[in-house]
Amino acid sequence: MRKWGILAATLGLALAACGGDTTTGGSAAGSRLDLVKDRGQLICGVDGGIPGFSFVDETGAFSGLDVDVCKAVAAAVLGDAEAVEYRRLDSTERFTALAGGEVDMLSRNTTWTISRDTSVGLEFAPTTFYDGQGMLVRANSGIETLEDFQGRAVCVETGTTTELNLTDQMRQLGVDFEPVVFQDADAAYAAYDEGRCEGMTSDKSQLIARRSTLPNPDEHVLLDVTMSKEPLGPVTVNNDSAWFDVVKWVTFGLMQAEEFGITSANIGDFEASDNPDIARFLGQEGTLGTDMGLPNDFMVQVITQVGNYGEVFDRNLGADSQFNLERGQNALWTDGGLLYSPPFR
Amino acid sequence: MNSDSSGESFAQKLKTLLRDERFWQVAFQVITLGIVLLLAAFFVGNLNRNLAQQGRSFGFSFLFNPAGFSIGESLIRYRPNDPYWRALMVGLSNTLSLVAAGIVLTTVLGTAAGVASFSKNWLLYKLSRLYVGLVRNVPLLLQLFFWYFAIYGTLPRPESQISALGLVFLNNRGVYIPWAGSAVLALLGIGVTIFAAVMAVFLWQWRTKLRIETGTGGKNQLMGLIGLGVLWLAFVILALQWTFPSPVDGGGVTGGLRLTREYVAALSALVFYTSAFVAEIVRAGIQSVSRGQWEAARSLGFQSGLVMQLVVFPQALRVIIPPMNSEFMNLTKNTSLAFAIAFPEIYSVANTTYNQTGRPVEVFVVLMATYLVMCLIITLGMNQLNRAVQFKER
Repeated sequence: MRKWGILAATLGLALAACGGDTTTGGSAAGSRLDLVKDRGQLICGVDGGIPGFSFVDETGAFSGLDVDVCKAVAAAVLGDAEAVEYRRLDSTERFTALAGGEVDMLSRNTTWTISRDTSVGLEFAPTTFYDGQGMLVRANSGIETLEDFQGRAVCVETGTTTELNLTDQMRQLGVDFEPVVFQDADAAYAAYDEGRCEGMTSDKSQLIARRSTLPNPDEHVLLDVTMSKEPLGPVTVNNDSAWFDVVKWVTFGLMQAEEFGITSANIGDFEASDNPDIARFLGQEGTLGTDMGLPNDFMVQVITQVGNYGEVFDRNLGADSQFNLERGQNALWTDGGLLYSPPFR
Repeated sequence: MNSDSSGESFAQKLKTLLRDERFWQVAFQVITLGIVLLLAAFFVGNLNRNLAQQGRSFGFSFLFNPAGFSIGESLIRYRPNDPYWRALMVGLSNTLSLVAAGIVLTTVLGTAAGVASFSKNWLLYKLSRLYVGLVRNVPLLLQLFFWYFAIYGTLPRPESQISALGLVFLNNRGVYIPWAGSAVLALLGIGVTIFAAVMAVFLWQWRTKLRIETGTGGKNQLMGLIGLGVLWLAFVILALQWTFPSPVDGGGVTGGLRLTREYVAALSALVFYTSAFVAEIVRAGIQSVSRGQWEAARSLGFQSGLVMQLVVFPQALRVIIPPMNSEFMNLTKNTSLAFAIAFPEIYSVANTTYNQTGRPVEVFVVLMATYLVMCLIITLGMNQLNRAVQFKER
């Protein structure tokens, strides 16, 4: 009898596995857009440890630029910016979590590179933050250039393009340095802080944000070097155009809203706009939203609940935040920056 | 009527077949095999479908692409433009150095702690129990962070490093010890030491056998042992071209061997953690030897140290060695946790590799095979040892 029990259990397991197969097959054929709509919630992969981009406060609430992008997508798809479940992912887990379907999208300081776009099998939505790799050192260390790192140690987080850029730069300069590679950003900054490494390298914005969490922020300075281009933005998985289009155009929509001058405060004034571009953008004319599988007024939801790109930037990184970053290259193209949305037409 | 009876006999045959235990024994094997194959086919098919959906295919050719990342420490030569497989070899060499040193030190410390739990010395006994109780109940990952940040992290910076007798230097970058002049000489030294140790064991056994059989003699073997020791010492001192660490102005050390802080922290945590389990294994092994053996040996006039060494411990080995195999395998697999404190062992390098190439499945296949082979080699060695200490029944 015991034998029969084991056999029955194994058969049950096999059947359950096959059952799982049909459901995953079904959702793989459809788009993740339908899955998110059915679920009524967006699952968004974030870092969760970088103030200004994605950070968990004492109450457990997430905030930051990356988080606001998740909120914007949720507002567009589900009409509710709070319908987001955040998953904290470290740099080594993020791509497998995305490829395995554990998260719908990443909004997690991910650099757009060709190999990630092609061989890793990702799809990059427009850049929401143009960054560059920098180097944080102690003000009293006497280190002024990268050449000063000859024989010295640099702390770095693994799984990042940072790791590769650092190697490239040092190889080019012929500097023999010692990389100390951590899986966890917290451990990396802790090791840097207690003196294991002379330098800590990462994206400049991240270094500035993280410096604010070190015990004595004033004792650390950024070297005047930029080691790479780091275009950061949301990411989805390959071969799901419907879902990718949604993430892509919601992101563009944030920029376009700023270009039109539409903010969460003044959106009421645009409700019966004579400008056909704005009327289309806000879904009063045409079918731009419904063509994508979204409500036609999806950008109204995004702007009222999250704001335009300028509001998001100011709130998290700019004038209204502790970091007071310049807009710089993250300004609209009309202001001499790099942000440019293709037409909503 | 005829067809009816043949039909009945077929049903009859089927009935007897279904009642036959031998039929079911075979049938169960076939069913099990079928289920296993089905499951395997399902999982492989699922993988292929998912890879195809992302427009990728399974393959290992990426291992020959240049890696492009740098690795902090390495036993073999490595440059960032070397291929991925070479980077993985660097990781493997680092893992192996942790495993080899870990097994040796764990055996010594674990056995000492296990034997100490039988000590008549109150302090030694209590210390042993405290150590085992404390270390076994704290997760290894926490202990790794403890050693890395709380112990080696509090060492002074290179500018104000500590020196022990001018031979060993300590700072928060690592530990600097005297070492052979080159890697080849160091390997030679280790090889010669192992060879000398094996020779010494053989000479000792030969001498014991001779003394048991003839009651006298063994002087020649004793002279041989002493000669071996002198030769070994002379070789180690003179032939290895020792280099000594010496401090540099403004902080830092040149010469000698640098054990990075990541390595010593990982080694300390692994050895102290695994040794606590080994201590319990040794204690259980010694307790498994019946009290009669102790009493008989004492009644022959042996001191308690000699009782342990000559009578109890050899018998306890039969019980100790099989579980030691598991502990050594645990140590091997646990080296992957050293990744958390930035030691570039194979799991760490593999992690970077799959992140840069986007090939987790292939990299994990390589990783699983590597750990499997390492564990099988350890098991093979321990099985040989186990055979050697079993009761020889004639």
